[in-house]
Amino acid sequence: MQLRRLWRKSPSGVMGTLIFVIIVLATVFAHLITPLDPLATSVATRFQPPSATALFGTDNLGRDMFTRVLYGGRSILGVGFAAVAFALVAGLLIGTISGYRGGWLDNLLMRLMDVMLSFPSVLLAILIVATIGRGLGNLIFAIGFALIPVFARLVRSVVLSLKNEEYVTAARSLGAPDGHIIVHHVLPNIVAPVVVQASALLAVAISTAAALNFIGLGVQPPDPDWGLMVADGQKMLYDAPHVPVFPGVFITLVVLSINFMGDMLRDTLDPKLRRGL
Amino acid sequence: MRYLLNRLLWLPVVMWAVATLTFIALRIVPGNPIESVASQILDPEQLARTQALWGLDRPIWEQYGLFMGDLVRGDLGVSMSSGIPLTRLMFERMPPTIELAFLALLGSSFIGVTVGVLSVVSRNRILEYIVRFLTTLSLSVPIFWVGTLLILVFAVNLDLFPPGSRINSRIPYQTITNFMLIDTVITGNWEALRSYLLHITLPALSISLTSAGFVARLTRSSMLEIMGASYIQTARSKGLSEGRVTWWHAFRNALLPIITLQGLLFGTLLGGAVITEVVFTLPGMGRTLLDGILKRDYPVVQGAAIYVALVYVLVNLLVDLLYYVADPRLRQTR
Repeated sequence: MQLRRLWRKSPSGVMGTLIFVIIVLATVFAHLITPLDPLATSVATRFQPPSATALFGTDNLGRDMFTRVLYGGRSILGVGFAAVAFALVAGLLIGTISGYRGGWLDNLLMRLMDVMLSFPSVLLAILIVATIGRGLGNLIFAIGFALIPVFARLVRSVVLSLKNEEYVTAARSLGAPDGHIIVHHVLPNIVAPVVVQASALLAVAISTAAALNFIGLGVQPPDPDWGLMVADGQKMLYDAPHVPVFPGVFITLVVLSINFMGDMLRDTLDPKLRRGL
Repeated sequence: MRYLLNRLLWLPVVMWAVATLTFIALRIVPGNPIESVASQILDPEQLARTQALWGLDRPIWEQYGLFMGDLVRGDLGVSMSSGIPLTRLMFERMPPTIELAFLALLGSSFIGVTVGVLSVVSRNRILEYIVRFLTTLSLSVPIFWVGTLLILVFAVNLDLFPPGSRINSRIPYQTITNFMLIDTVITGNWEALRSYLLHITLPALSISLTSAGFVARLTRSSMLEIMGASYIQTARSKGLSEGRVTWWHAFRNALLPIITLQGLLFGTLLGGAVITEVVFTLPGMGRTLLDGILKRDYPVVQGAAIYVALVYVLVNLLVDLLYYVADPRLRQTR
């Protein structure tokens, strides 16, 4: 019943969610779907075009691309989720403190966020990796860090608007401690806008992760990763043009489905936010 | 006016913060570049001497003081790996990136505004769905993959455009500003201009295609909002043609938020340019930054960060000015 209504309201959102869930499950259970080893090389089967035996063909080392694409989603999706989670927690903390406390601390934190926002997020992530070094953990930190100000500002604005609501004043006049007010009155109201923002940022985090892996700052070969596989494939455009195509299709599918999912979430959870932009 | 002044004062603060943050971040990580790169080839005594030469043996506060002092004088130091002064390196590498981002800005604005206006004017349901899908696709598709596909189709298969580099190296080219669009026109070097445009088409197109979605969405929502305004009804009731109402009354006002977007967009495009340079092997900030990172070349990474931030902040300032000029209402109220 509910599902049918949702489908009628936002077919693209339902489709997006479905595709996203399928891809996530396929990468998580990659070892059950394909019996092959993503790292196994074989000189005899180099540069094979897509066929019934090798669904996405093989690369320059004879590795099965279908297997590599399935396994290659793990790193990128993992980094995306972890980075958003990191930014979410940090942003909630900073935003709540800033909005609730106000004063000089608010000023200081927000100016800091302004400085961070005065840098495009891809560049900020690149620069952070530049300073702390390559690797998966550093990648998560870099991307998550670059996304903090978006959450912090959102949470702060919601907290500010709630602070003067009558029920918050009422709770305070009854002698409720700050912690109680934040947990019981402020946080529940933040959930909807934060979920909407998180879905939008998940798309950003995943594309940033793909880009950083592409330029070689994240996952290192021979481990499979979508961004890295496109970079690899670029070197064999003349011999095996199919190699960079499939991983790119999957990055696009994932980000596209998250975006459609996010649009649906925004329309259903947060009707106040305007559509169109 | 006060707003603009505020923004102007904000500029040095942002630059100082960027410089300080990169300085701190680079030194939080254990092991300095000389240790990590040269410890295999130098004996301990040589190592100590080299570190002293770069000032890496001094306390961190002294290093920071020296760094800031040099920075104020406009001296960003010398690349540790190549010995080239940073100011010269940036002169070589910054213009190509700015030029690419600028061309991409033109491309994405042209595609985005056209698509956005068409989707409003046509009032066609199916077209509307197609536009919505395409704009979301444009926001979703990774830039490096679009670049790779463009190379695959237009360079490898059709052989219409070169797959990389900035210009055909056999064509003589005189560097003046290192902005090829400007240099080739000043010197009347049309052959070089043609070669440059051929080389830059695919990179600029891959950035444009991935950011046109932003512009199209904003144009659409801004046009829709204005088409419902009362002065549009007035214009219609005066008997003006639909074309004149759309272009003269609605479009001109719809442009305002689009101008504001350009500053924001330029940052994204700058990031896109860095990635695209890697795809198309263009010499620019992307390559410079990556090399700096891989070699742990402190001054290069610092310099690149500061220059990129400076360009980004300056462009945003310019956009504010443009907005001020474009909207006479602002001049009266502020």
